[in-house]
Amino acid sequence: MFRSRSIQSSLSIKDKILSIDYILVISVFILGLTSILAMYSTDGGELKYHTQSHILRFFVFFGMFLTLSFIQIRFWHSQSYLIYILFFILLLGVKYFGLTSSGSKRWLDLYFMNLQPSELMKVGLILFLAKYYHRTSIENLNRIRYLFLPIVVLIAPIILVATQPDLGTALLIAAGGLTVAWLAGVRVKFFAISGLAFLALLPIAISFLKPYQKSRILTFLNPERDPLGAGYQIIQSKIAIGSGGLFGKGFLQGSQSYLDYLPEKHTDFIFTLFSEEFGFFGSLFILFLYAIIVWRIIKIGNVTRSNFGKLFCYGFGTAFFIYVVVNMMMVLGLLPIVGSPLPIMSYGGSSMMAIMFGLGVAMSCRVYKDTPVN
Amino acid sequence: MLSPSSGNTVIKSKLISRRMFLLTAAKAIVTFGIIGRLVSLQINERTKYKTLSDKNRFREWKLAPERGVIRDFFDKEIASNQQVYQVHLIPENSRDIEKLFVRLKTILNITEKKLFYLRRVIAKQKPWEPIIVSDNITWSEFSRLNLFLHELEGVKPVVSVARMYPDNSSAHILGYVSQVSAKDLQTKKYLKDLHVPGMSIGKTGLERKLDEEIIGKIGFQRYEVNAYGKRIKQILINEGQAGKSFKTTLDFEVQKFTSELIKDKAAAVCVMDVYNGDIVSLVSSPTFEPNEFVHGLDKNYWNSLIKNEMKPLTNKAISGLYPPGSTIKTLVALSALENGVIKPLDTFKCEGKIELYGEKFHCWEKDGHGIVNLRKGIQRSCDVYFYEVARKLGVDRLSETAKKFGLGKKVLDGFIEERAGVVPNTKWKKKFVGQNWYLGETLHSGIGQGYFQSTPLQLCLMTAQIANGGFEIKPRIIFDKKNNNLRDFIKYKNENPNDPLPTDLLVSNFELKPLFKNQEHINLIKDAMFSSSNEPGGTSYRHRWENKKFTFAGKTGSSQIKKFTEAQREAEVKQESLPYKDRDHALFVAYAPHSDPKYAISVLVEHGGSGGKTAAPIAKKVIKKVLERHELRERIDSLLGEQV
Repeated sequence: MFRSRSIQSSLSIKDKILSIDYILVISVFILGLTSILAMYSTDGGELKYHTQSHILRFFVFFGMFLTLSFIQIRFWHSQSYLIYILFFILLLGVKYFGLTSSGSKRWLDLYFMNLQPSELMKVGLILFLAKYYHRTSIENLNRIRYLFLPIVVLIAPIILVATQPDLGTALLIAAGGLTVAWLAGVRVKFFAISGLAFLALLPIAISFLKPYQKSRILTFLNPERDPLGAGYQIIQSKIAIGSGGLFGKGFLQGSQSYLDYLPEKHTDFIFTLFSEEFGFFGSLFILFLYAIIVWRIIKIGNVTRSNFGKLFCYGFGTAFFIYVVVNMMMVLGLLPIVGSPLPIMSYGGSSMMAIMFGLGVAMSCRVYKDTPVN
Repeated sequence: MLSPSSGNTVIKSKLISRRMFLLTAAKAIVTFGIIGRLVSLQINERTKYKTLSDKNRFREWKLAPERGVIRDFFDKEIASNQQVYQVHLIPENSRDIEKLFVRLKTILNITEKKLFYLRRVIAKQKPWEPIIVSDNITWSEFSRLNLFLHELEGVKPVVSVARMYPDNSSAHILGYVSQVSAKDLQTKKYLKDLHVPGMSIGKTGLERKLDEEIIGKIGFQRYEVNAYGKRIKQILINEGQAGKSFKTTLDFEVQKFTSELIKDKAAAVCVMDVYNGDIVSLVSSPTFEPNEFVHGLDKNYWNSLIKNEMKPLTNKAISGLYPPGSTIKTLVALSALENGVIKPLDTFKCEGKIELYGEKFHCWEKDGHGIVNLRKGIQRSCDVYFYEVARKLGVDRLSETAKKFGLGKKVLDGFIEERAGVVPNTKWKKKFVGQNWYLGETLHSGIGQGYFQSTPLQLCLMTAQIANGGFEIKPRIIFDKKNNNLRDFIKYKNENPNDPLPTDLLVSNFELKPLFKNQEHINLIKDAMFSSSNEPGGTSYRHRWENKKFTFAGKTGSSQIKKFTEAQREAEVKQESLPYKDRDHALFVAYAPHSDPKYAISVLVEHGGSGGKTAAPIAKKVIKKVLERHELRERIDSLLGEQV
């Protein structure tokens, strides 16, 4: 153990660069380029605002991802709680200083960009819980008092996000946190009990909601309630994907998105647009890239020696997978419409930032895979 | 506690890996689920979704086809199309609609009411949908509009086509076109796929009868539209197909001549070719202006039409029902001859009236006609003679003959305004009146009064079928080269005068349907009609043509409106002194020329008094006009025959 530490601390820059997972980096890069193509198409085949800022964001945050990869894993471990607290403060900031857009308050105006702290919290919570369960011994894992802190750090941001209101992101944050807790060894019965408790408390929580918030939740649960809103979106998305057929309508030929039948085509429905223009094979290609990315992140979890690293990589990899499938299932009409971007593909700086941040931390686990953490 | 031992770490690491393995398996399942969904949407159901996507993408705008024209026998257009100048407006392209309206008002003649309507339409429809500001402006307005077009953002001058009738003499038989109404859409099946906003359809007359074919096939423009319905680009244009044009048997010149002749009267005139049923002229008076209906009817004009007691909107020739009066006597005599009830030389004595069944029946000639046989009975139109004949014949046998000759049923095809009229008999009365037949009523029927109701066209057909030697013809108004069997037969007869053809051979060789048992009877009637018009004492003797070329044989008639009272009869009240509404309808039927019948005519003058005085002079003039144009008509006919 001592030996390995000395080896790790003496890693040369060349060693570090060589130990990067290039398959992951290349996959992310290809996905990024693909997303730029898709964004170009949403702008109607012109290099307009969305495409320009998407290109800028991708390269900036891709650079950030590579840079963060070389930061010591011990730094991430030691600063996990702090990072979580920082993100939480930002979330609180949204509550008081946030920008309101189309009925929900999600963004902080940072002058150079509008930051959506709830996206960052997706990764922040995973980081926090990875550290927490890294440090909790296996005997204490399932003791009630050791469950207290995880529950607080899970519930607090979820409540803040859900009341923005942004139910989709709140659920995705919860999914990441619960995954880490379960992977660490928390018994299934606790999840079941808290699930029941959640259901029991739901009516009380609902009574605090404002009428328009209630209405949103009802629509979420039953899209038929709003056939021209959420229901319309699902129908048009299915038409777009289905009409793409095997080979698609061709680049810049997606009539559904061109003629504005497709809602939110830059963000949540970017996969639909791509699928319409590039067909079944195009969809498989995207799915394949995501599979590689998830696989490589999990692979890092396998090779990294610390449980912190494992928990983070497994947790982040699984969360990443969940983001992808929730978005895809949503646009394929398998899940109700909740706002959930497709990682890297969708337009949106905060989401891109959060994903690249998570990838950076994961890559750091790869570079410092043999470095023990305590 | 917070720094776990190495062994602990390994156990935990194994636990984590085990759970991760389970998660990976779950991920694989979900991934395959997504792939399965993609297969189902993009491969299995791709055709369905492609169709749905095209349905989204394309929208079609219908284009009204050009209506076919209607021509007369000489290929003159009697219902044609003309260019009309219209003003369209696309609200989206105008920055300030109200300002535009103010400007437009100085250029065009637009009322406040119209502007109010336009504002409502604009508020209702999408801003890029064009609206029609005015569908028929004059050329000078149109050129002024074009001159100021640069100040009129959003305004589009459009040249279109619309129905135009060169003359209103044929307004009744042609009918008119007008905007499609909600009721039309419900009742007319062919409009279902055809309806274009702003399209006109035939409402009455030929325009209505031919509507389905004359409208044409609808065209469309297919546009790609976005989610808000805005047209992005035109994908396809289909001009549609102009409607079929029709050639009629009418003679526009005769129409105009006749219409002018009767314009001050409430009257109707029918002229028919006796051999093929071609309707040469069918005029009803007073007429109306059909062009007024094309571009939205003026309310004052409509009211004036509705209030006019001469009923200008009714086509009296086919929808007016009148007792046939003495014109029916030809059929009464024929029926009696055919049924062997009387012989031509049987005589009755007319003393001006006859008392039967406890009722007095008067002859129009107060002093009586003396000894009367069939020929004299028709010539003088002796009522007493026909009372006797009718009494012997009975109403049922009379009605049989009358029906055979086309009374009591619709004789044209597809004219909704045509009426069938009534040929009474005992069964009919039982069924529709609910009473038994009185013998007295048979006598009234014998002089064409009482329950008898007929249209002038039916009387014309009746006369034509007598004139052609007693063969059935079908009146027609759409020109048809075929079905001239009777002509062929006459031609054959003239070439082989000594070939006596039995009836069944007529039927099989010329596909003719004789309406007689013995053609000699028909000839007797024709001869009697000749004497009525051309021999002293005849009811229309005063209006005969001496010129052999125009000599006609006719029968007068007047249909009673009100029964003459005994007092009026005693005072010898003249029809002319009665109030307009109480005067008899004057009727006259004839065929000409007598020696070689070519045309039959019927004239009706509502409240015109006696047929001999009012109706016969009109017939006389029309007969001359028609016969003068006969050679021309025949030349056209033979030219067309060569084309076949």
